[in-house]
Amino acid sequence: MNSAKSTVPFKGTKEQEAQLLAVIEEKKGMQGALMPILQKAQEIYGYLPIEVQKIISDNTGIPMEKIYGVVTFYAQFSLYPKGEYTISVCLGTACYVKGSGDIYEKLQEKLGIAGGECTADGKFSLEACRCIGACGLAPVLTVNEDVYGRLTVDDVDKIIEKYTA
Amino acid sequence: MKTLEELKAVRESMEGEVALRTHGNASSKYERHVLVCGGTGCTSSGSPKIIAKLEEEFAAKGLTDKVQIVKTGCFGLCERGPIMIVYPEGSFYSRVGVDEITRIVDEHLIGGNPVKEFLYEETVDGDEIKSLDDTAFYKKQHRVALRNCGVINPENINEYIGRDGYKALGKVLTEMTPEDVIQTILDSGLRGRGGGGFPTGMKWKLARNIVPDADMKYVCCNADEGDPGAFMDRSVLEGDPHVVLEAMTIAGYAIGAKQGYIYVRAEYPIAVERLNIAIAQAREAGMLGKDIFGTGFDFDIDLRLGAGAFVCGEETALMTSIEGNRGEPRPRPPFPAEKGLFQKPTILNNVETYANIPQIILNGADWFAGMGTEKSKGTKVFALGGKIKNTGLVEIPMGTTLREVIEEIGGGIPNGKKFKAAQTGGPSGGCIPTEHFDIPIDYDNLIGIGSMMGSGGLIVMDEDNCMVDIAKFFLEFTVDESCGKCTPCRICTKRMYEILDKITKGKGTLEDIDKLEELCYHIKSNSLCGLGQTAPNPVLSTLRYFRDEYIAHVVDKKCPAGVCKDLLSFEIVKDKCIGCGMCAKQCPASAISRTDYIAPGKKLAAMEIDKDKCVKCGACIASCKFKAIIKK
Repeated sequence: MNSAKSTVPFKGTKEQEAQLLAVIEEKKGMQGALMPILQKAQEIYGYLPIEVQKIISDNTGIPMEKIYGVVTFYAQFSLYPKGEYTISVCLGTACYVKGSGDIYEKLQEKLGIAGGECTADGKFSLEACRCIGACGLAPVLTVNEDVYGRLTVDDVDKIIEKYTA
Repeated sequence: MKTLEELKAVRESMEGEVALRTHGNASSKYERHVLVCGGTGCTSSGSPKIIAKLEEEFAAKGLTDKVQIVKTGCFGLCERGPIMIVYPEGSFYSRVGVDEITRIVDEHLIGGNPVKEFLYEETVDGDEIKSLDDTAFYKKQHRVALRNCGVINPENINEYIGRDGYKALGKVLTEMTPEDVIQTILDSGLRGRGGGGFPTGMKWKLARNIVPDADMKYVCCNADEGDPGAFMDRSVLEGDPHVVLEAMTIAGYAIGAKQGYIYVRAEYPIAVERLNIAIAQAREAGMLGKDIFGTGFDFDIDLRLGAGAFVCGEETALMTSIEGNRGEPRPRPPFPAEKGLFQKPTILNNVETYANIPQIILNGADWFAGMGTEKSKGTKVFALGGKIKNTGLVEIPMGTTLREVIEEIGGGIPNGKKFKAAQTGGPSGGCIPTEHFDIPIDYDNLIGIGSMMGSGGLIVMDEDNCMVDIAKFFLEFTVDESCGKCTPCRICTKRMYEILDKITKGKGTLEDIDKLEELCYHIKSNSLCGLGQTAPNPVLSTLRYFRDEYIAHVVDKKCPAGVCKDLLSFEIVKDKCIGCGMCAKQCPASAISRTDYIAPGKKLAAMEIDKDKCVKCGACIASCKFKAIIKK
């Protein structure tokens, strides 16, 4: 893990906290509410640092260790902030047999970061994902909401350029 | 809509509309329907732009009242996306570009003549245009679970009703006892489509009877389709979400439950959105909620999103996750039918299983049992992917052979390569070699040859795929996704991965292969849940059918498929080299230099590769127009 990330200070605002408290209030009494609350919290803050977990714990009575346990169990939840653009390379089987592993490697080389990390300028995060279900277009990667399919290693430069321009 | 009569009225008003798309008795308000796929595949390849362009053209040319645009779910042939079909002709436009729309609108929608050059080639035969059902991809398919996908607008409950939607629910609530329903499902022979193949009716029967005085029961739907390369469930949810709601309500009536949960992957945003729309519409129409059809039966459904954990596809882990915990499996017994979600009797079925239920109720158990093989009834949806021409979604009767699926429906292997193996069952399944090509696909046959049905991913591999590398790929997945609760799965998968990694790097020994096999059997017999127990299957099946590849890696230190980089070496065949130097320019490691040997008939001295400097990236091979560079 890149240690630079964990030193990014928490910059949550009062508005964000108010939003989160409203979510917690709305889910009060719901069976198994923790996951939906965490999902909303990540939507609000972009990630789930310890400060956010603490707010949830204080307002739901769910112990911190349980919240931390759930957050670290699921791949979707992140303890660290993400870059402005998250590049997800599909390493599902259909994409893998069509060469997405090479594309992932090329991106790591190009961005100078390992999978799961974020570039120092906060521009790009890189991650591998497991099948987004667009197997007909394999190999596939996504940049935030944009999907790029039928890729070759040579397309990587062009895609990155699009977001750095 | 509160009564069956009202439902019938809606159905009759819609039947003629949707029949325009199914060669039925059509009576549409519109001259034509233009269906554009709004599934994930086609959305990724640009279908929203197609719809926008159509709307623009329609507005400009006054077609809005004459031609209806329908955004549907998946047609199946994702390889040719984005796809657009024009009815009543059934003209199938594939890989549609935005700049083709104007011509299609002018010549076809206004002029009445399909634009042949934009049609899917397979449907054009000289001057004739063939029906889609006559193409190799669709001919052998039989759509039951997917019957509405690519036919209706999934965001419009009335189109679903026009295709007999909620009719089965009406029949169940007014004409059948819960026991009748369970008996029908039992008689149909339907087995779970999520992978395990447990008889669905049996599951329902247990949940109905095992705790007679339960105050609460639950119906769950497993839409956490985690197998990489599988997208059947996603397509059903995106293309026909109401079928799942209807089937779950029927299940609720059968077992005596009032509440349902759908656990769906957060990675499927389109499916989540359509489910939310469908649930809201069903509530408004009175198909969910209190006193459905005035029968006094209450049922409602909530959506829960997964958060990226493969193990949550396992039934007990899924329930633990809905409860708001780490999604770890629980030991069975007690089985969910006795103590499931929130410790109450629960049934959990997969999306595709549910998609079959309303049709079984309407057409009868015998109709369903008439399809398939002796022990596997009905049809199965497969997601065809990998090295195959027609990637996409296919639904075939059980008992179809792998050869028919790959060679006929799938169109064979592209680029003249040779078929090596088909992988089914995802990380829990195995690789099937050519020698088993003619085995009829069903649950028991696949297990017999060391694989499994799984949820229906079918990935084709050709001669360029290394089977040791594929085994390593799956183990890496399992190591990543092992929840860590039980030791055999947590530790042994990691050790297996390390051994495989060693083998692909040319450092493996024959003892390693033995050790690998021993670990496989250990994990199989000692893991807590189905995922651990099946995790060694990719290794076992590749060892069974492709042991020679393992031996080549270990003894000869070679990767026959040329995938494992550490075992490759690149060489320039000097007599073929014209000395142009392109390779040296492309080499990122400056490992290529000129020799003083000039091949006969050539003008410049040949190049050579310094093996110590070579990083085996393959850039030189791609740059050489004279095929003078080989990898061994």
